Amino acid sequence: MTELDCDAVIVGTGPAGATAADVLTAAGWSVIMLEKGRNHLLSLEPPFASRGEITNDEIKFMCRWFLGPDPLLEPRTYRRKEQDGDRLYTGDVNNLPSGVGGGGFHADGKLPRFREVDFRARSELGPIDGADLVDWPVDYDEMEPYYAAAERLVGVAGDDTANPFAAWRSGPYPMPPGPDMYCAVVTGEAATRLGYHPYRAPTGANSVPYDGRPACNNCGFCAYFGCPIEAKGDPVAPLRHALRTGRCEIQPESYVTEVVVDGSGRKARGVRYLDLEGNEHEVHARAVVLGAGAFETPRLLLRSGVGNSSDLVGRYLMFHFQTYVLGIFPFRLHAYRGRSVTHLHDDFLVPDANAIAAAKEAGLPYFRGGIVEHGGASHPVMEAIHLPSGEPHSRMMLDSSMRDCMAAFTVQGEDLPQPTNRIDLDPKVRDVWGFPAGRVTYNPHQHEVAASRHWAPKLKEIMKEAGAVRSFSVTSPPLEGERGADDRFMAPISRHIMGTARMGDDPKASVFDRWQRLHEVDNVVCTDSSVFPTSTGYGPTLTIVALAIRACRALAGLEPLRSERPAGA
Amino acid sequence: MPLYLDPASYAVVEAAVERLIPAVDDHPGAGVLGVADYIDRTLGAFLVDPPLVFAGGPYSGRFGGEASFSHFTPLGRLEELAWRTRIEGSQGMPEREFNGPVLGWQERYREGIAAVGADFCDLDSEEQDRRLDRVPEFKELLYRHACEGAYGAPEYGGNRDGAGWAAIRFPGDVQPRGYTDPEVSEP
Repeated sequence: MTELDCDAVIVGTGPAGATAADVLTAAGWSVIMLEKGRNHLLSLEPPFASRGEITNDEIKFMCRWFLGPDPLLEPRTYRRKEQDGDRLYTGDVNNLPSGVGGGGFHADGKLPRFREVDFRARSELGPIDGADLVDWPVDYDEMEPYYAAAERLVGVAGDDTANPFAAWRSGPYPMPPGPDMYCAVVTGEAATRLGYHPYRAPTGANSVPYDGRPACNNCGFCAYFGCPIEAKGDPVAPLRHALRTGRCEIQPESYVTEVVVDGSGRKARGVRYLDLEGNEHEVHARAVVLGAGAFETPRLLLRSGVGNSSDLVGRYLMFHFQTYVLGIFPFRLHAYRGRSVTHLHDDFLVPDANAIAAAKEAGLPYFRGGIVEHGGASHPVMEAIHLPSGEPHSRMMLDSSMRDCMAAFTVQGEDLPQPTNRIDLDPKVRDVWGFPAGRVTYNPHQHEVAASRHWAPKLKEIMKEAGAVRSFSVTSPPLEGERGADDRFMAPISRHIMGTARMGDDPKASVFDRWQRLHEVDNVVCTDSSVFPTSTGYGPTLTIVALAIRACRALAGLEPLRSERPAGA
Repeated sequence: MPLYLDPASYAVVEAAVERLIPAVDDHPGAGVLGVADYIDRTLGAFLVDPPLVFAGGPYSGRFGGEASFSHFTPLGRLEELAWRTRIEGSQGMPEREFNGPVLGWQERYREGIAAVGADFCDLDSEEQDRRLDRVPEFKELLYRHACEGAYGAPEYGGNRDGAGWAAIRFPGDVQPRGYTDPEVSEP
């Protein structure tokens, strides 16, 4: 028997890994967290203070990959389908930050729960040809107490009475909502006049001091930036909790190369990793927790040759199919102030008669859309690079039609699971450590395309009602025939990555079981969105955290959480 | 004095970015904004220690707090590898060429400046535009850098005195002040 270094070794320090560390250390476990990126987040010595490196700096965060991964060091490759050849593009493919804090950094913290039907779409709505739509092995009633715990852990501000489409809740949000952004007031009021139901978005930014962190001061450097004052709860809160127990060690710049299994192939001994100097080490633990994200987790499993007798590792890759509708207003909306997005409407998640008719016309039994985020455009370098050069540049920057006078809707459109959409190992391109780059093969299903074509005009109507002088829509990935000449713009940019090692009860049809343990190696647990059987039309982070709490409580032998559905809810 | 570019090259860059972001009405244009300084300091980032890649923090001092953006953040080993490769090119070094050779920005600027011609600064603006259109890849790189230099934080060398932000009515970085709730919610 090898001597153990800790109870659990955790791969990755984003929301998935940080939540695991919080739950396991609270249960008395010791953990070692291995993170391939750098640590810009917090000191690893008591009292674990901020490092002061997170700033309102568009160059650092938007132009120079401060949060990693740098595409020169860690390129990814992309193609639509196998017939495209080995790859169409090499570089940044839907990269999420890699560093202590992981993908939690980039988000503006919109943290909705899924609805009851999202866990049972196959049973309640039926199959769709070309997609492997399945029910989740867990339902909403079982998830509810974990959602509540996740909202407390991250610190979510929201209004529990405002969204008529919301699932039932056992209690209110931990904090009231923060201030409405003016741009969202303008578009939200228009949406209400047209019969939609916008509501204040549940947001992981403090509206009041919470958990030792201050209230958000609305600086506006939110989406794609870290928070300089720690008003965003995710993921600094759970990491600091874990560090304070004295049972958590975080090792940045440690690249896990392999999950190491014993001779039987049924138990993991730990992981192998490279330190900054390239020296190889092994960490031995009772359990291995994978929280590297739905891109890196399947890449690690494929590289390790572990857990893939189903041949499903890397398959069913889902992004959200994003539809952006941009409205240009004859007045300034100052969307650079506040939390990037402050309102959502969920009407497109529940197909009405018109949507069902549009689906049937497209040869589908139905389609669903996603949450609609009411936001705007914030930062001038990103505004500038999309403009033509020369005099039009200077004039358009002065009147700021593409930023200060622009409102934006983003639809997080449900993306159906298809086995041909996948992450595998590129045959030629390597990362800086010498390992094969991850390769995305992704082509949207007709469902996503038809839903986007149906919903975009509805959002243009809202923009017009709100006073926009013109509006237009774009999608990611682009619809067939749009911007097709430049392959760089074909890869999705949603930053929501899911489904690449789905969970389920049948070992032939899933990689992880309902407790997020590998069917084949039951002391390997995955707490990231790799396990999602479907993408739904909601941002994934709160569900990642809720599932991680559930899986890690089970791993530590704690009782399941339970909650009461209030009478009449 | 430029940090990296020789005076003649600096002059060509300065004239070229002014064609991409010209002075128009209340827009001061790339020349006045010091965009050429941004590009010069980017190309010469490794002539300074710590290199001029990531500005420091947490605050610039423009809205309170101690001014710390100008204390640049030391790079990690891999960050240095990536940024040297990007700026200096791979130059045949195996550790920079694990996916093949990389043409660095310094080389791309050298070639681009040569391609638009030593007489670039003396040409009329129409001819300058024609010369830039003949090197579309260089023009694209130059435009990208010009946008960063015009509207990025002044600590990187451009956006002189925040004049780029002032022209477009963007306050820039605002921590630790932030905005009040009415400033967020009201017109």
